[in-house]
Amino acid sequence: MATASSRPLATPLPVPAAAPRPVRQALSRDDLVMRAGLGLLVLWLALSVVLPLWALLAKAFSGPAGEFVGLANFAAYLATPALSTSLANSLLIAAVSTVICVALAFGYAWALTRTCLPAKGLFKAIAAIPILAPSLLPAIALVYLFGNQGFARWALFGHSIYGPIGIVIGEVFWTFPHALIIVTTALATADARLYEAAAALKASRSRIFWTVTLPGARYGLISATFVVFTLVITDFGVPKVIGGSFNVLAVDVYKQVVGQQNFQMGAVVGLVLLLPALFSFLVDRLVQRRQAALLSARAVPLVPTPDPLTDRLALLFCSIVAFAILVILGTAIFASLATFWPYDLTPSLKNYDFDNMDGGGWESYRNSLEMAALTAIFGTAIIFGGAWLVEKTRRFELVRGLAQLLALLPLAIPGLVMGLGYIFFFVEPSNPFHFLYGSMAILVICTIAHFYSVAHLTAVTALKQLDPEFESVSASLKVPLWRTFFKVTVPVCLPAILDIALYLFLNAMTTVSALVFLYSPRTQLASIAVLNMDDAGDIAPAAAMAVMIFLTSAVVRGLYGLVTRGFLARTQAWRRR
Amino acid sequence: MEAASGAAAPAAPYLQIRGVTKRFGTFTALERVDLDVEAGEFVAFLGPSGCGKTTLLRAICGLDPPSAGTILQGGRDVTALPVRERDFGIVFQSYALFPNLTIRANVGYGLAAIGRPKAEVERRVAELLELVGLADRAEKYPAQLSGGQQQRVALARALALRPGLLLLDEPLSALDARVRARLRGEIRDLQRRLGITTIMVTHDQEEALTMADRIVVMNRGRIEQVGRPDEVYARPATAFVADFIGKMNFLAGRLLAPDRVEVAGAELRFEPPLDFGPGATVTVCLRPEDVVVREVERRPANRLTAEVGVMEFIGNHFQTTLHVPGTNLDISADLSINAVRDLGIRPGRTIPICLPPDRLRVFPEPPRPS
Repeated sequence: MATASSRPLATPLPVPAAAPRPVRQALSRDDLVMRAGLGLLVLWLALSVVLPLWALLAKAFSGPAGEFVGLANFAAYLATPALSTSLANSLLIAAVSTVICVALAFGYAWALTRTCLPAKGLFKAIAAIPILAPSLLPAIALVYLFGNQGFARWALFGHSIYGPIGIVIGEVFWTFPHALIIVTTALATADARLYEAAAALKASRSRIFWTVTLPGARYGLISATFVVFTLVITDFGVPKVIGGSFNVLAVDVYKQVVGQQNFQMGAVVGLVLLLPALFSFLVDRLVQRRQAALLSARAVPLVPTPDPLTDRLALLFCSIVAFAILVILGTAIFASLATFWPYDLTPSLKNYDFDNMDGGGWESYRNSLEMAALTAIFGTAIIFGGAWLVEKTRRFELVRGLAQLLALLPLAIPGLVMGLGYIFFFVEPSNPFHFLYGSMAILVICTIAHFYSVAHLTAVTALKQLDPEFESVSASLKVPLWRTFFKVTVPVCLPAILDIALYLFLNAMTTVSALVFLYSPRTQLASIAVLNMDDAGDIAPAAAMAVMIFLTSAVVRGLYGLVTRGFLARTQAWRRR
Repeated sequence: MEAASGAAAPAAPYLQIRGVTKRFGTFTALERVDLDVEAGEFVAFLGPSGCGKTTLLRAICGLDPPSAGTILQGGRDVTALPVRERDFGIVFQSYALFPNLTIRANVGYGLAAIGRPKAEVERRVAELLELVGLADRAEKYPAQLSGGQQQRVALARALALRPGLLLLDEPLSALDARVRARLRGEIRDLQRRLGITTIMVTHDQEEALTMADRIVVMNRGRIEQVGRPDEVYARPATAFVADFIGKMNFLAGRLLAPDRVEVAGAELRFEPPLDFGPGATVTVCLRPEDVVVREVERRPANRLTAEVGVMEFIGNHFQTTLHVPGTNLDISADLSINAVRDLGIRPGRTIPICLPPDRLRVFPEPPRPS
């Protein structure tokens, strides 16, 4: 070293500068591009989530001519006995359905994770069936099972399926997989060491269950309870088909808006529906934070040990639940294939001749496919790209925080409320985006917004697993970030990206709630055709269309399975050691 | 080093850091740091975790720009430049290799992106892989390589664009001890051969002592000492440095004269003299291996008689505690195997020892906790 010999022993520090000046780092092109992208994302979310919601709020506080009327609409709502009865009905239905559904899901999840139940894969697959069908399908199947001409009508001992009984059964069927996923996740993350410690202390099996198993899953149970409660109270498909004269809030909204064109009252009921969803959203956020803290990195996964009695009881329980699911699905398929239920049961495709019926015909099915495909493609691009911008933009904390908040907001908005907001917002001729009204685009935009949050969270989770220094390395190698995005980020996150696309596709195929207000004669959808045909009394064709939706979802899901096994195995060779 | 000694007139330092301060909210991670790094030099930032060494590294390359201050690289003010417009290569602790790209694609990642002709990229990648000894691994994926090999790929990738400055952030801490020892030498050789100015962040003093031309010891966002490894080890500038690097006896003392100190009832001479004034309380430091037991009678100063305590066999030396009778002075000492053998040192024996005055370091303060 040139300087070493001339220096005294301990090298003195250089003479400091007079006064350090504050530093502001110049923005690189990457920074500018990403900030612009983030700005567009916020704009998009404002337009597709916030403003429609705002339109709904405004509508609830204004009169027929658009004037501000304060709480007058709410007063009128409370003064209408029929409407406040609906509130009580809705709460009752939601509470009962939630208790039954979460209890069943807990038992099923416990059997799947904690016992040596045989054919676990099959039981898991059967439990996922309801997610592939619109909520209208179980309701229609129940009509065939227990309705006036139902073949199992005797099982109700004279009670009518049209009303609370039918709604509860339909809702439990439809929400079961949602609860199951949450509770299974909670139970799957058990720490074996706790069980070993409890057993070493000679705790009995029931004591272990009450002191270890249940507390470990409590956050999952809380979360499932709120999710199911919200799904039920805001669902409109099941009560619409099988509710009879038993009114609930979700159907009221539909009747007020579509039937009586009373937008203000529809908005008020929509806001009432927003409350449980908002509440459950907050509780879920809180619980998620705790659940994460519960899991230490050193936890040892629990491997269930065989126990003949327990395993047999688990098999019995799961078989009953799986059988019920298959019966409901099977009834819908069977009824759709019967020539004329219940008089002529010879199989025929007569009910699939949609073009000769009300409800939009096969065109609506093709529309649904198109809408679901567009939602999957554009939704995945927007949501994954957006999550990447939120995660990887340097500094710019305020806008990033805002984008993150807006991305999670849809989780707190029921589909019905979202759809209402959309009509109020886009129907205004003064709105520059009014031209979207009645188009396919508005259906796609609304569906993306409706299911944004879960997909966003999936993307964020995947992105967080990447080395945070990928972007630093790229910058030091003078590689533009978009290049690293396409060459590294997207390929590495491909499994999560496909998950998101599948999630969006399936939901777009089956959803009714938001879109029932938004479709036009040109953009009839299959799930709405089910509703309309049922309304018109064409129950068998409605069942047939619901089955078509189910089959499409099932095929797409099967294809996804093949893709992840075949295609991913080839492109993801680098994952192998 | 050849790289730095070419110019006749003393050239300006390659990297000049002036008044660099970094605040995170109310926490100050770096407090007005000043530092020069010469061209071709290998500098190690050494300190306990949270001392600001990584913060300083990230400020130098712009990944986390400083709150205030100036950084000149090769005469150019780079303080506020975006990362892309700077000239450096970096190796992270995690290596951050792209898992879905082959070793070849990883190393050539930057070259391909700036649009160099394909043949040139190929040639350069082959050259780099040759340089780090991984020419036969070009088509593998990172997960198929050992930790040490991944480390070398990260190094090759960082060198691909021939940067003027190489930054290593804890480059060896993810590896096991044996691989680490071997790679220390390899990285050092490579750096010498290329003559590239290099800054390495580490919390491992052995790494810093064996690899660096100069060590920057940091504590609580400030630089405690800058010096050659032997300087920092032999003449620590502060009690913190004395404590952090190597083993050290810390003895509380009182100054009697500018070159004499009273420690636990014993009077010791030291060099060079200090001017704190008599009566000042001080800390006297002495390395265990600096206690002299051979030919003590030839030494003029600080001769004592000591009782040998329990002797622990460490492998290449004995570690023991020496008690000086008639005082409260206890000194831990490292005795070489052959000294123990030649002099017949055993626990309980009384032996003459010397504490060489030029080996005693006297500080006005006790070591600060880090």
